[in-house]
Amino acid sequence: MDMPIPNPEVLANKARIVARLKEVLPPDAVISDEVEVRAYECDALTAYRCPPLAAVLPASTEEVAAILKVCHAENVPVVPRGAGTSLAGGSMPTADSVILGVARMTEVLETDYENRFIRVQTGRTNLSVSGAVEEEGFFYAPDPSSQLACAIAGNIAMNSGGAHCLKYGVTTNNLMGVTMVTMNGEVVEIGGAYLDAGGLDLLGVICGSEGQLGVVTEATLRILHKPEGARPVLMGFDSNEVAGQCVSDIIKSGIIPVAIEFMDRPCIRATEAFAGAGYPDCEALLIVEVEGSDAEIDAQLERILAIARTHNPVELRESTSADESARIWLGRKSAFGAMGQINDYMCLDGTIPVSQLPYVLRRIGELSTDYGLDVGNVFHAGDGNMHPLILFDANKPGDLEKCEAFGADILRLCVEVGGCLTGEHGVGIEKRDLMVDQYLPEDLDIQMAVKDVFDPKWLLNPAKVFPLAASDVRRMAAE
Amino acid sequence: MMRPSNEAELAEFVASADGPLRIEGGGTRDIGRPVAGTKLSTANLSGISLYEPGALTVVAAAGTPLAEIEGKLAAEGQRLAFEPMDHRELLGTAGTSTIGGVVAANVSGPRRIQVGACRDSLLGVRFVDGMGRVLKNGGRVMKNVTGYDLVKLMAGSWGTLGVLTEVSLKVQAIPEAVGCVLVNGLSDVDAVAAMSAALGSPYDVTGAAHAPSGVDGHPVTMIRIEGLEASVAYRAAKITELLEKLGGEVLVERDPTKVGAGWAWVRDVALMQGQAGDVWRVSVKPSDGPEFVAKLRAKHADVSVLYDWGGGLVWIQVAEGTDVRAELFAGHATLIRGSELTRSTIPVFQPEPAPLAALSTGLRAKFDPRGILNAGLMG
Repeated sequence: MDMPIPNPEVLANKARIVARLKEVLPPDAVISDEVEVRAYECDALTAYRCPPLAAVLPASTEEVAAILKVCHAENVPVVPRGAGTSLAGGSMPTADSVILGVARMTEVLETDYENRFIRVQTGRTNLSVSGAVEEEGFFYAPDPSSQLACAIAGNIAMNSGGAHCLKYGVTTNNLMGVTMVTMNGEVVEIGGAYLDAGGLDLLGVICGSEGQLGVVTEATLRILHKPEGARPVLMGFDSNEVAGQCVSDIIKSGIIPVAIEFMDRPCIRATEAFAGAGYPDCEALLIVEVEGSDAEIDAQLERILAIARTHNPVELRESTSADESARIWLGRKSAFGAMGQINDYMCLDGTIPVSQLPYVLRRIGELSTDYGLDVGNVFHAGDGNMHPLILFDANKPGDLEKCEAFGADILRLCVEVGGCLTGEHGVGIEKRDLMVDQYLPEDLDIQMAVKDVFDPKWLLNPAKVFPLAASDVRRMAAE
Repeated sequence: MMRPSNEAELAEFVASADGPLRIEGGGTRDIGRPVAGTKLSTANLSGISLYEPGALTVVAAAGTPLAEIEGKLAAEGQRLAFEPMDHRELLGTAGTSTIGGVVAANVSGPRRIQVGACRDSLLGVRFVDGMGRVLKNGGRVMKNVTGYDLVKLMAGSWGTLGVLTEVSLKVQAIPEAVGCVLVNGLSDVDAVAAMSAALGSPYDVTGAAHAPSGVDGHPVTMIRIEGLEASVAYRAAKITELLEKLGGEVLVERDPTKVGAGWAWVRDVALMQGQAGDVWRVSVKPSDGPEFVAKLRAKHADVSVLYDWGGGLVWIQVAEGTDVRAELFAGHATLIRGSELTRSTIPVFQPEPAPLAALSTGLRAKFDPRGILNAGLMG
């Protein structure tokens, strides 16, 4: 992975930079020891690593502002880091950067059930936001698979989704306001407990900007009352086409399930061997979940099953107990682990128009043969967000490169059929160089112009999102 | 007036423009500080280029009439989830509302509290920036985090960042049944409490509004539920139970025509149509709404009020030239209806704190370096 050449001046000034950071932070909040900073050398994209110059762990917005003022003055790149669960290398350091970790910022600042929002420090994990309002029957809707570990800061940076966003939307649809520190150390309040913007929708562009426009330290999030209940149904089909058509028909029927998950045969077989969830051995499997009271769930599932029956399913399994529901979800939830048991894997997340599902799956199968690498598909079918898992052997020379080339071909295929490179993981460094396949130079240019406004010196989260060649001129000019 | 008939023509016109431009869709939303310049209409960029009911997506040129899109969707049992209002009666304008205008103004109706605003349904845009460059962002798929989200930025930018030429939107199936729980006689404070109770329940409310003076002159609070027939009946009963505890006379309306008319009345702010006075749209924390309204009433006579979005959106009608922001302690206010003079003297959009204003100004300078697109409309 190409990364910009570290700024020699910054490297040379390490001692002074660290000293200045220690002036504005408690002693244990600055990590500069060469061994200790290795804890921050990568995120969940572990194939690429680089120890940062230093790491800082502020506890408040004021401390974040103080850090950014120092770094701005010293021209030090800053890599904001939530919990480090990014699969795209969104918080991968450069050698001349300071990692700004929000892990110590986990407070709940305000809970307001009447107006249905919670305000938190952004180091708080996704699941513990729901945890904070659970007793009153509320929850925070976006639910990325990593929700136990991932931080709200990273969710906002990547505009994270989850299995249930078909009904509840992704982070941007549930984010009402932020406190953000810009690279020059200025604290700005954007949005709040309101449902719209008073001027330009700056909040909309900050969410999903991968930590390149500012460091979000506090967030106002919409909370909802939990549904009375939820229940899944499992359907097996003997072709991907038929399963895809069934998804389309369910969506058209007017029932909005909270989730429609899809698994193909390689994935079904792997999870079966791993978790023994009792899945049928078929080409394609759907898990459809609906919510409401028991009677409401019965009524919705009756409709959904009637639609499924018109597609001659090889299996229809309704859950009659919490235990059976858990079993239906077991295979899906262990899919990544199951694939990981077989070999190393790379997880993609391109999105496609739902109508292109059968074609894309067929092409992925052909590419799999061409590359000689196995792939399993598990994804959020309702919204077309695919998660092909390519298996490779990291110890076998050349296999990672082959896997990356295969992955890039799949993502180009997603773009070609009218979709996009990433549905919920973000671009990071992983898909940075593929951006030219989705966007024309001028389309990238206007995005980079937005960064120019927020971070004129191009110091925040360097080398992510934009191909280095595209951002070259700007980065040089900024230096 | 210029009416380019395709995107390339529009781009060329903007590139070669030597003065300010006034961007217009169908001309139904005469909102904002009055703008000088040559009128540039997108009305001739028209037509639906893609509609996939099974994928819940529609792509249309910016000048496509809203009615045409709604008609096409209705034929497949679908609709725009965000329920855009028709501003014509309120503003006394004529013309044909276009989808580009809806997006540029981020027009979102009562269902905003459940499904989000227009910006939340917007999947992608094509637009021409102030230099005449044709740009795109987003696409036509539901989940997309590829690069910065300029889609949201363009929604509600009122033509000040670019001229929209094409939009893709997520659509929604029309539920088979609808119902409305009505509570009569509540004070503003009690009504907001009732709406909060309904919205904080598991019953998936799709509209919550309160008129201190409804069609018959008495206070009425409305809670809408949509879904399968049995679901609507069940949820209406549950919400009735919940609200009876809070006091007031509770009724359930199940006639779809009457429910539809009631919510169109809220959506289009019928209460304030055809009357004298300025109309403001105020965003507040729902529980702050009644206090703001009380302060306003204490200071001014003839204040009309309509609460939507569970109290988070307060429509205010006051005497011409009144700046309601004087009584607003938190939130923001937009002047929707006012004379040109009023709109030139009172800021139409909420003045931003200096650091945010600097960011907005910076963005406009990048998207429209010559400052020719609806210059000054947003202040």
